[in-house]
Amino acid sequence: MSTPTEPGLRYRAAFATAESRSDGPLLFPFLTAGFPTPEETPALIEAALRGGAAGLEIGVPFSDPLADGPTHQSAYTVALSAGASVQTALDAARTARAYAPDSALTLMGYLNPFLAWGAEPDPDSSEPGEAVGRPMEALAKSAAEAGVDGVIVVDLPVDESDATREVLAQHGISLIYLLAPTSTEARIDAVVQRASGFIYLVSLTGVTGERDRVAADFEQFVARVRAKTDTPLAVGFGISKRAHVVEVGKLVPAAIIGSALTTTIASAPPHGRAAAVERYIEVVTGRRSDETSE
Amino acid sequence: MSRENGAFGPFGGQFAPETLMPALEELEDAWTQANDDREFQQELNDTLRDYVGRETPLTHAGRLSEQLGGAQIWFKREDLAHTGAHKINNALGQAMLARRMGKRRIVAETGAGQHGVATAAACARFGLECIVYMGAEDIRRQALNVFRMELHGATVISVESGSRTLKDAINEAIRDWVTNVRTTHYLIGSAIGPHPYPLIVRDLQSCIGNEAKRQLQEKIGKLPDVAIACVGGGSNAIGLFHPLIDDPVRLIGVEAAGEGLDARHAATLSAGAPGVLHGTRTYVLQDEHGQITEAHSISAGLDYPGVGPEHAWLMLTERAEYVSVTDDEALDGLQLLSETEGIIPALETAHAIAYAARIAPSMSPEETILIGLSGRGDKDVEIVRDALAARSG
Ligand SMILES: Cc1ncc(COP(=O)(O)O)c(C=O)c1O
Repeated sequence: MSTPTEPGLRYRAAFATAESRSDGPLLFPFLTAGFPTPEETPALIEAALRGGAAGLEIGVPFSDPLADGPTHQSAYTVALSAGASVQTALDAARTARAYAPDSALTLMGYLNPFLAWGAEPDPDSSEPGEAVGRPMEALAKSAAEAGVDGVIVVDLPVDESDATREVLAQHGISLIYLLAPTSTEARIDAVVQRASGFIYLVSLTGVTGERDRVAADFEQFVARVRAKTDTPLAVGFGISKRAHVVEVGKLVPAAIIGSALTTTIASAPPHGRAAAVERYIEVVTGRRSDETSE
Repeated sequence: MSRENGAFGPFGGQFAPETLMPALEELEDAWTQANDDREFQQELNDTLRDYVGRETPLTHAGRLSEQLGGAQIWFKREDLAHTGAHKINNALGQAMLARRMGKRRIVAETGAGQHGVATAAACARFGLECIVYMGAEDIRRQALNVFRMELHGATVISVESGSRTLKDAINEAIRDWVTNVRTTHYLIGSAIGPHPYPLIVRDLQSCIGNEAKRQLQEKIGKLPDVAIACVGGGSNAIGLFHPLIDDPVRLIGVEAAGEGLDARHAATLSAGAPGVLHGTRTYVLQDEHGQITEAHSISAGLDYPGVGPEHAWLMLTERAEYVSVTDDEALDGLQLLSETEGIIPALETAHAIAYAARIAPSMSPEETILIGLSGRGDKDVEIVRDALAARSG
């Protein structure tokens, strides 16, 4: 068992390297655990890391992903029918940790599967935030053992997050907060006061999925958050091309690519999926320049 | 009862994506202000009277009571409200609130189509754009209601994801809202979802219980001994129960047991477990991995794997009881009411009737059961005809 450490250490090291890089921001690809099957996940994880990922968002599939567009919805459905669960995501983290000891590993999912991983909810909880925090203990313990650095819970806003954040922190894990272009100043304040690891900026007002261009108001959004904190920022939602990565890389030190990678996997021939992932990550990190010739 | 941050004890709360949180805050503020605004309240009450037809009658079910041979049964007649169910009370109030917030585009989900029709009507009345998400399976089951919505000028969007029923329609409505939140109000159809929705919907539906309490007082000079309502998301039930919460009245919510609690059903409180779905912590139907499972009921309006968080709290504190009734029993309830009182109830409502028929015989004629007759059954006659034919065939 790993000894609990202060949350965010590995993120700090990863973001420190971002400062000295000239080839653009860190890339944290999002891979759905168990897509298309749990058996293939380790090979895809390793391929992404080989291609140049500085870390990973390991997606936990959920039956009702209300912040996801069609690409991830169907990836989750496929993964779930192939038997994926929180366990698959923890196994994926273990694979990644063994393969790339310094990579920053983040689980990303919705509350209910995380809660179900835990013990029976405590009937004495006096309010909802506390009632979801306590069952997170089991997840925090297993995630720490698997080498996870942080957890993103899409449907856990800062308002309900204190108990969960404390439980995760006890196991050395950061609760990674999301901010959106709609976030008010008061909400940004509440997040920056609590954040560790990094803050995930949702680039656009909408669900996950590929878009043609980066949202026009993204620069202004980054400036609003940047004015309030030194915590590293990463951007996700809608980022799908090398050009997007370069563009957002001028504003933030890390980018997250999800749906476009999922599409890459879905459209590759069954035995070429890992190779397709590696090539795609090489392209978006700028290590390979044949994006358009594919 | 604690209600800070929309908490009902450990239930409720706001488990929504960050993008929506500012809109939920805005909605809460708008609702608080509207509640203090006498002009708004006046317009709401006038509209409920002149457009919806409130107050709705309270009807003594003489023949049904006699036939069951026990308690005296009374109906609160939401089936006589405009568009045929209690759903209009909420739809109108929220449409007025949206207009007040300057949001002229409305998205809604619907299962049976009752909430969709009510929302489409309210939007037509207030000149708002209306988009209704409806599961492909429900569109097939409730084709006439789709046409009614379209007659009101609404756009009905078929949802092909997941189980293609109510929960998926809610997911899709929320995705639309996430994308268009600056211009759009999500007009949720039951006492579910993140705070402040369960409170807003309860407030807007409390006219059911408030009127019934007063009407029963006028007619028989006392409170009911038992109040019964069907529970899908729980809006008609909370509307009936809430005004009676501090009174010595047994409150019974009836869920859909579908094909039985050991088979496919929608009895969330009776057979689910605590979890988080659609922005609120409540009871949900789920597997051991926390994946939401599909609900089943003959009545599309009860076919939902979650339930309003206040009901979870009323169950935990034992202030209300939650029971369940199968598809078959609901069909019996529908026939019983149609034959004894000349009222064809909605299949949802038939669940409440069926449970009343179960307990009334063991009660005394001095005792009173108040049933929330949440809607009329016109929308269901085809389903009922087919189900009865299948049963006898
Ligand atoms: C007539 C009627 N009753 C009850 C319901 C169930 O909803 P709720 O539990 O929110 O009252 C519906 C939903 O469509 C309905 O149409």
